[in-house]
Formats: sequence, structure tokens, C-alpha cells
Amino acid sequence: MPDASRWLLAAVLAMSASACVTINIYFPAAAAEKAADRIIDEVWQLREGAAAAPAPGPAQGESK
Amino acid sequence: MSLLSTTRRRLGACLLGLVMAAAVHAQGNLEIDTPAIAALKQSMQKRHAQLAPLYAAGAVGLAADGTVALRDAGSVPLAQRTQANAAIAAENADRAALYREIARANDHPEWEADVRRTFAQRWIDRAQPGWWVQQGGKWVQK
Repeated sequence: MPDASRWLLAAVLAMSASACVTINIYFPAAAAEKAADRIIDEVWQLREGAAAAPAPGPAQGESK
Repeated sequence: MSLLSTTRRRLGACLLGLVMAAAVHAQGNLEIDTPAIAALKQSMQKRHAQLAPLYAAGAVGLAADGTVALRDAGSVPLAQRTQANAAIAAENADRAALYREIARANDHPEWEADVRRTFAQRWIDRAQPGWWVQQGGKWVQK
């Protein structure tokens, strides 16, 4: 009887451990999309803050 | 008895980890604040001043694989074609590095292809009206 319960515990432990691993391996698509949007905002300067900061002229000098 | 309590403690720790992982998930943030990613963003932002007119002219389009591609060389004056090609190559090198760095910064280098796919879709979705994007293997103007 203690043997059986030990097996049961081991099985539950193995299952929960694998659940932990599974959650971390899964690709977080929504988070990735949010990260992509943040980067695209900056690269394309689509945010109001980013657009207001530099000179609005399209032709800018190479260096500051 | 002691085995049981250790097991219970371990199970508790695992459950706690699970809940925390779920919480991180719900919060839904990928790590993108690393020096390497910041440098790539800055380099791409600077190059955008050069690429934006090429997007608008239809010379360069946003490809389905997360890169930029020369779509219509004819719309770039001959004198500027080498420069345009160099900008495209540099942009694609930066983009490849960006996708790789994001996957690496999150301790999952194997996510690189997923990151690239996500970016490809977002670049295309957010392209400005008049720009050309690749959809279903064909170039379409937004």
C-alpha cells in the first residue's frame, strides 16, 4: 500500500514537473506581437513622442 | 512521512512556479530591453530615413519573411541603385540579428523563426498606405 501511494506521488510529481516545462517552452505569440509593435513604433517613429522629438524635416544630416 | 512532506513541499514549489509562469504569461512581456536590441533598433531607426522614400516609391517592399526586398529596381534612379541595395542588405542583416537577439534575450534561441514570423506580420499590418507588401506570394499596395 505505501508502495502504491509512493508511485502515485511520483506520477503526480512527474506530471506537474512536465507541465512546468511545457508552459515555458510555448511561444508567447501575444507577447511577441506586443514586443514587435513596440519596436516597430520606435524604428518607424510612429509614436507622437518619437515623432515630436527630432526635426520634422524628411532630409536629415548623417551625424548629429 | 518525511518523504511525503518533502514531496508535498516540492509539489508546492512546482505549483508556485506554475502560477508565477502563468502570471508572467498574463502580463505578457518579452524581454526586449537589452543593449544589443537597443543598438539594432537605433541603427534601423536611422536607416529608416533612407528607406522610407523607397517604400513610398514602391521600389522596396515589405516581404512576407520579415525582410525588405527590392521590388521595382526601375523606380530607383540608376545613380542611387547601389546605395539602395546597400541599405536593403544592411536592413536585412539588422532584422535577422534583431529576431535572433530577441529569441536569445528570452532564453529561447529556438523562438527565432516564431519571432521572425510575428514581426513579418506586424511590419506588413502596420505598413503605411501606398507601401508595397507581400501577401500570399504576391506584391500588393496598401
